[in-house]
Amino acid sequence: MLGHLLGVLFDGIAYGSLLFVIGIGLSVTLGLMNFVNLAHGAFAMLGGYVCVLLMTRANVPFLATLPIAFLAAAASGVVLERTLYRRLYRASHLDQVLFSIGLVFVSIAVATRLFGPAQQPVKLPDFLRGQINVLGLDLGAYRLFLILVVVVLTAALQIALERTRFGAQIRASVDNATAAAGLGINVDRVFALTFALGSGLAGLGGGLGIDVLGLDPTFPLKYMVYFLLVVAVGGAGTIKGPLIAALILGVFDVAGKYFVPQIGGFVIYALMVGLLLLFPAGLYGKRA
Amino acid sequence: MNTPPAQRTANSGAIGRSVPATVADGRWRRLELAFWLLPLVAFFLLPGYRVLGSQVLIVGLFALSLDLILGYAGIVSLGHAAFFGTGAYAVGLAAKYGWSEPISTLALGALAAAVVGYCASFLVVRGSDLTRLMVTLGVGLLLWEAANKAAFITGGVDGLSFATSKLLGIWSFDIGGRTAFVYSLVVVALVFVAARRLVHSPLGLTLRGIRENTKRMPAIGAPVARRLRLIFTISAAIAGVAGALLAQTTQFVGIDTLGFPRSAELLIMVVLGGTGRLYGGLVGAAVFMIAQDYLSGLDPVYWEFWLGVLLILIVLFARGGILGGLEQLRAHRAWSQR
Repeated sequence: MLGHLLGVLFDGIAYGSLLFVIGIGLSVTLGLMNFVNLAHGAFAMLGGYVCVLLMTRANVPFLATLPIAFLAAAASGVVLERTLYRRLYRASHLDQVLFSIGLVFVSIAVATRLFGPAQQPVKLPDFLRGQINVLGLDLGAYRLFLILVVVVLTAALQIALERTRFGAQIRASVDNATAAAGLGINVDRVFALTFALGSGLAGLGGGLGIDVLGLDPTFPLKYMVYFLLVVAVGGAGTIKGPLIAALILGVFDVAGKYFVPQIGGFVIYALMVGLLLLFPAGLYGKRA
Repeated sequence: MNTPPAQRTANSGAIGRSVPATVADGRWRRLELAFWLLPLVAFFLLPGYRVLGSQVLIVGLFALSLDLILGYAGIVSLGHAAFFGTGAYAVGLAAKYGWSEPISTLALGALAAAVVGYCASFLVVRGSDLTRLMVTLGVGLLLWEAANKAAFITGGVDGLSFATSKLLGIWSFDIGGRTAFVYSLVVVALVFVAARRLVHSPLGLTLRGIRENTKRMPAIGAPVARRLRLIFTISAAIAGVAGALLAQTTQFVGIDTLGFPRSAELLIMVVLGGTGRLYGGLVGAAVFMIAQDYLSGLDPVYWEFWLGVLLILIVLFARGGILGGLEQLRAHRAWSQR
């Protein structure tokens, strides 16, 4: 029983890690730039398709496709930010919601046209398959790898935001764009780069997640709620908030589906409504 | 009056520039009466489209219910299908247990949706825009999941098929959609008249005040949370009526009545037609459904793509939707003729 419990906990943490990688970019756009971007999953889907294409058509090894997925998603993020998103930074939430739903529909249609409606396969390298025995517990190698990626990523992001010049510029631009511009920070550029970073991480997460979340054209719609949840529950503007929220959601979702499959997705939605009522500004959010 | 009317309509509300700033009086205008002649004309001239026509009317009513909270009270809901589906399932379940008289089950659908809406309204009035978005989304998904998992009651993915009794004991619901069309038209018109009175009442004005400035309204003595709960419940009840109508006229309830795509499409219709106008929902629903009927006949993927493009274009260039655009055009012409 204890083994089961630990196994579920481990799977949940791995799943939550993945949600975190994809959701952290949304935390920036939604939390810091105050843009309700429902199309965030589309960048993750793009990353996923880039990985699959490179692996099946060009025989690139899995690990090498991940940076390319990051770059592809980041590049498309910059293009969209410069052409479309930036016009709507000051628009109402309703406009942003509609605009990003529009993007989701377009991305689903394009993906269906290009790749068909089927699930895409992923071929993991041998050393990431199978089980690894740690302290008498059989753990999935790939899930262990996911957790490792997230630990490294979180540390890197934390350092980048808190210790580097660019991180300081992001925080300044977000706190007060006018004052930051007055200090000579190119706020437009900072926002564009931040958006690219967020989209890129989503693309990376999409590539990493093919094995766990699957990949088909409805991906942006299917997981939209999860990404929004990570941010809404975690609260905006920190790295710790979304991380903890993602882990909670991951563990509860996996545990719910494992222990009480009859009620399936119920657990996660009930948890979401409950958490939002208790913490309207998120677990670590700034009070609006 | 020296300012061009186009400028007067361009105020900065939470919903954008689309909402007319002038407080219209409650008198019926000739254009409105002409509008209501359209369905009658369609009924006689296009007998082959009566089924589609009744569905347009029903979805138009559903869009009207969202416009009440979105256009008038400024609440963005991503889960309004929850109430539509509740109304539909109330009818379906009542019919399953042998109660299929249309008028009483219509009331039952409205009541069921109102109860769910009233409970949900306590969650919705709390918090900011984003929290509201998430909570309405969550409530919708919860109900969908409930209907999906409780297949022994709701039929799950297969839905419920049933027979609706004759309307008033006289007219049966025929395959050509004649009864369905007239019945839907009468119900939609009645609800519309009630909603129209509502938005021109002091309550309607209070709601617009809340939309424009939430902080100032308590200062002039308006109980904001209570008013929002009231309109949310009313809106849910109307959505329930629409759902019940759909279930009765198609004699079927499917799980898609609760789904997220329905909520999203609804939002699109209201914005396409123009928010805060009541007619916007009806116009938006008509344009949307006729376009969908035509385009998705060509290719469903194609339709989804153009739907997305259309949305992006509306947001970027035509915030007022169809009616807002027409109004600006008229204001512009009136101004240039002066």
